[in-house]
Amino acid sequence: MNRSNKYLKTFAITYLIFLYAPALLLPIFSFNSSQIIAFPLSGFTTGWFKALLYQETLHEALRNSLIVAASSSIFATILGILASRAASRYYFPGKQFSLTFILAPLVLPEIIVGVSLLIVLIQLGLPLNLWSVVLGHTLLIMPFSILIMNSAFNNLDISLEEASLDLGETPLGTFRRIILPLVYPGIMASLLLGFTLSLDEFIIAFFLTGTETTLPVYIWSLFRFPKQLPATMALGTILIFVSLILLSLGEYFRRRAAKTQTSVL
Amino acid sequence: MMFLLSFWTQDYLVLNKTFTLNNYIEAFTQPVYQLLFSRSLYISLTVTFFTVLLAYPMAYYISFYGGNRKALWLFLITIPFWTSYLLRMFLWKVILGYNGVLNSFLLWLEMITEPLTFILYNSNAVIIALTHGWAPFAILPIFVSLEKIDRSLLEASRDLGDGPIKQFFRVILPLSMPGVVGAALIIFIPTVGDYITPKLVGGTDGLMIANMIQVQFSKANNAPLAAALSVSSLVIVAFISIVFVLVNKKHLRRY
Repeated sequence: MNRSNKYLKTFAITYLIFLYAPALLLPIFSFNSSQIIAFPLSGFTTGWFKALLYQETLHEALRNSLIVAASSSIFATILGILASRAASRYYFPGKQFSLTFILAPLVLPEIIVGVSLLIVLIQLGLPLNLWSVVLGHTLLIMPFSILIMNSAFNNLDISLEEASLDLGETPLGTFRRIILPLVYPGIMASLLLGFTLSLDEFIIAFFLTGTETTLPVYIWSLFRFPKQLPATMALGTILIFVSLILLSLGEYFRRRAAKTQTSVL
Repeated sequence: MMFLLSFWTQDYLVLNKTFTLNNYIEAFTQPVYQLLFSRSLYISLTVTFFTVLLAYPMAYYISFYGGNRKALWLFLITIPFWTSYLLRMFLWKVILGYNGVLNSFLLWLEMITEPLTFILYNSNAVIIALTHGWAPFAILPIFVSLEKIDRSLLEASRDLGDGPIKQFFRVILPLSMPGVVGAALIIFIPTVGDYITPKLVGGTDGLMIANMIQVQFSKANNAPLAAALSVSSLVIVAFISIVFVLVNKKHLRRY
């Protein structure tokens, strides 16, 4: 048993290295002075990062991406709150069915979500712009935020609500003063996750965007120019750190959510 | 939102109904589409197989020998996947390319004299990149199902005379099958429709059905055909998934 343990450990570490290899290349080559992404390394430079500062289109794409990510994560979270609130407190015919149905985009290949949304938008004669991307991303993020909000609402003790109503709060006041503060960490987690997902999403944005590009679509267009490769690597390095920070924050709020709920109950 | 969701599905079908048969006939009889469908399925199934095969020992190690470092191991596994999917797949292109990182590294070390070409711009490259890209989606479900196994069952089987290998095949593997099935589905369903990876590292021999859907949509301007192709691939994927789940259920009932 001990020997197989050792083999397994070696395998586990090798596998981990395999998993990390591509991501580690980003920082290495973003500081490499050669324009060609290949070994041996030629020298240290921060020039690729500086070059990014002067890319007008990049800034525009970044701004678009932030707008899309912020609005779609907010929309999805609001809808997620409503849906899971309804699901955790009320019973209505077809509840299970509609919940499963909402979660469907989670298992559909993204290209199919993108294509079908595009068909709908064209049929309706709506223009393709940032708002169509927001729509697509809201649809994409919704299942995740419903899952997060569901667990937040299900952990909520119904007697707290009843106590507040008994003590003379209006239903709206109860929602604002009791329920919202208690599910607040869940809301933050949902917002952050949604933001990251949207910032990262390519296919739906690629299909639904008009002339305004989002960041992933911009990066996609960069791939065609070999000269831009090191700058793309530099951009990637920055993005990794940003998403690391965002996701750590999300994880922090999720843990705090678990904590507050256990301490209250 | 429910309204919108139901709406697009419906609209989607209505649109298809008006053109249906011709597009479907084309989608299923034209050799190009047949080739793309079968290649997508081949790539996706291979990826699923290898990912699960590689992920299982990893999950097994974490679950049984992770000790109090389980959370750390899981954290380490997920970190690389917090980078954008697009960038990761692009990095594989950089790594596997003719003058890429891998080839130049091996040339530099003088381990090879000519760049390797069998992993470049074909379905192998797509398989490697996808096997890497979907790893945590296999490790995590398998890990969860391994964690759920009651450890006293293992002691019982050992007491009843099972060796480590017999124990693995008769107790651990059957009990962790739900995780394996879940992992396989999580990987199989989205990889069939993957667009980025084949486009970036697949060259012309590695293109998959999603690329054709996109081409039909934009360049060929044949949206109904693209829709027919999407629906067909959805149906095929659903069919294979259901068969897979049913076969497993039947097989597992014996235990």
